[in-house]
Amino acid sequence: MRHHLVILLSAALVNNFTLVMFLGLCSFLGVTKKVATAVRLGIADTFVLVITSIAATVLNKWVLGEAPYLRVIAFIVVIASMVQITEMVIKKFSPKLFRELGIYLPLITTNCAILALALFQTNRGYGFLEGLTFSIGAGAGLTIALSLMASLRERLELADVPAVARGASMVLFIASFLSMAFMGFAGLLTGG
Amino acid sequence: MRCHAMPDVPGRRKPTASEDFIRGLWKENPTFVQMLGMCPTMAITNSVKNALAMGLATLVVQFGSNVFVSMFRKRIPNEVRISTYILIIATFVQIVDIGTEAIVPETHRALGAFIPLIVANCLLLGRQEAFAAVNTVWRSALDGLGMGLGFTFGLTTVGTVREILGSGSWLGFRVMPASFEPWAIMNMPPGGFFAFGLVLLSFAWWKDRQKRRAALDAAITAPPLARPILEEASV
Repeated sequence: MRHHLVILLSAALVNNFTLVMFLGLCSFLGVTKKVATAVRLGIADTFVLVITSIAATVLNKWVLGEAPYLRVIAFIVVIASMVQITEMVIKKFSPKLFRELGIYLPLITTNCAILALALFQTNRGYGFLEGLTFSIGAGAGLTIALSLMASLRERLELADVPAVARGASMVLFIASFLSMAFMGFAGLLTGG
Repeated sequence: MRCHAMPDVPGRRKPTASEDFIRGLWKENPTFVQMLGMCPTMAITNSVKNALAMGLATLVVQFGSNVFVSMFRKRIPNEVRISTYILIIATFVQIVDIGTEAIVPETHRALGAFIPLIVANCLLLGRQEAFAAVNTVWRSALDGLGMGLGFTFGLTTVGTVREILGSGSWLGFRVMPASFEPWAIMNMPPGGFFAFGLVLLSFAWWKDRQKRRAALDAAITAPPLARPILEEASV
């Protein structure tokens, strides 16, 4: 149990996928203008992460044992089809949510966090349950980073930012400070 | 900050070969203008050496997949084109991954998971969709080279800022005086965001300056009737 808790906290906070490992930055910089959208994207990301983790476990166990050099190719194909399936399921059961997510849904395929999760899980030799915990932690971490960034950017709209720094560079500076804050979590697992 | 580059607007004049090549280097630079492939831009630019290696690895994949996609562009069915591009890209990434591991194992270890993650770099898929799928092999090859070199240039610029401030050296050579205390934070994750923000800020400042100067020049050389622009430009 303690082992799983460590994996969960490590993925969500200490080694936060976005702010510490630099994964999934496209959506982190591009889709964080509004809190509501950011949170929804985070949840969709988590969903795909969990399915990908299960699929990666299955692939590693029964398909890729003999051919590790096919790993990247197999993973990316599985991720692309998982995103497609997620899209169809959401469209069928909740057309409203589907409209709200719009273009961000298919773009999850090129979110490097998803592929990275499958690769890390393989490299660390996680089993089914460990992989599941890892993916939930990573998803929570992405959602936390996205919503923090979005809330800061909403506040930033009202702030008096010099014209040259407006836009990308200001967002990057904020990300830098957020990342610095997350470095503080490093003591969480080693010290405690 | 979008993940898929817009398709080229069909122009009246056919672009020349050098224009295809230059585009990625400056006017549509993947890092500074399109802001694609952000993850490696911040993750492995803590030294110029790593940044160069990552840029070159991406260059090989971009060039190879551009050539292949444009070669088969008339045979790839429209419905499955994205998955086909991804498969072609993934194949080249695998080749680069195995190749670097054999030739430069140390660099391969330093780049870690970011070599397989080239697959998920939106720059590559964006170029296939926007350029290679609708252009000849020769033009796509030039475009791939230009984009790859432009990406390398972007990574190296960020890497230069980070290595000089974070270690006081450039490509391993000491450039700062011995009394310089390295900013350790530049080698850590926050430094990646900060350095890239700094680079973007300087570009924005420089562009803004150019624009103002042009406006000022135009106002000074203009006949007296147009003088009010001068006041506006100097604000």
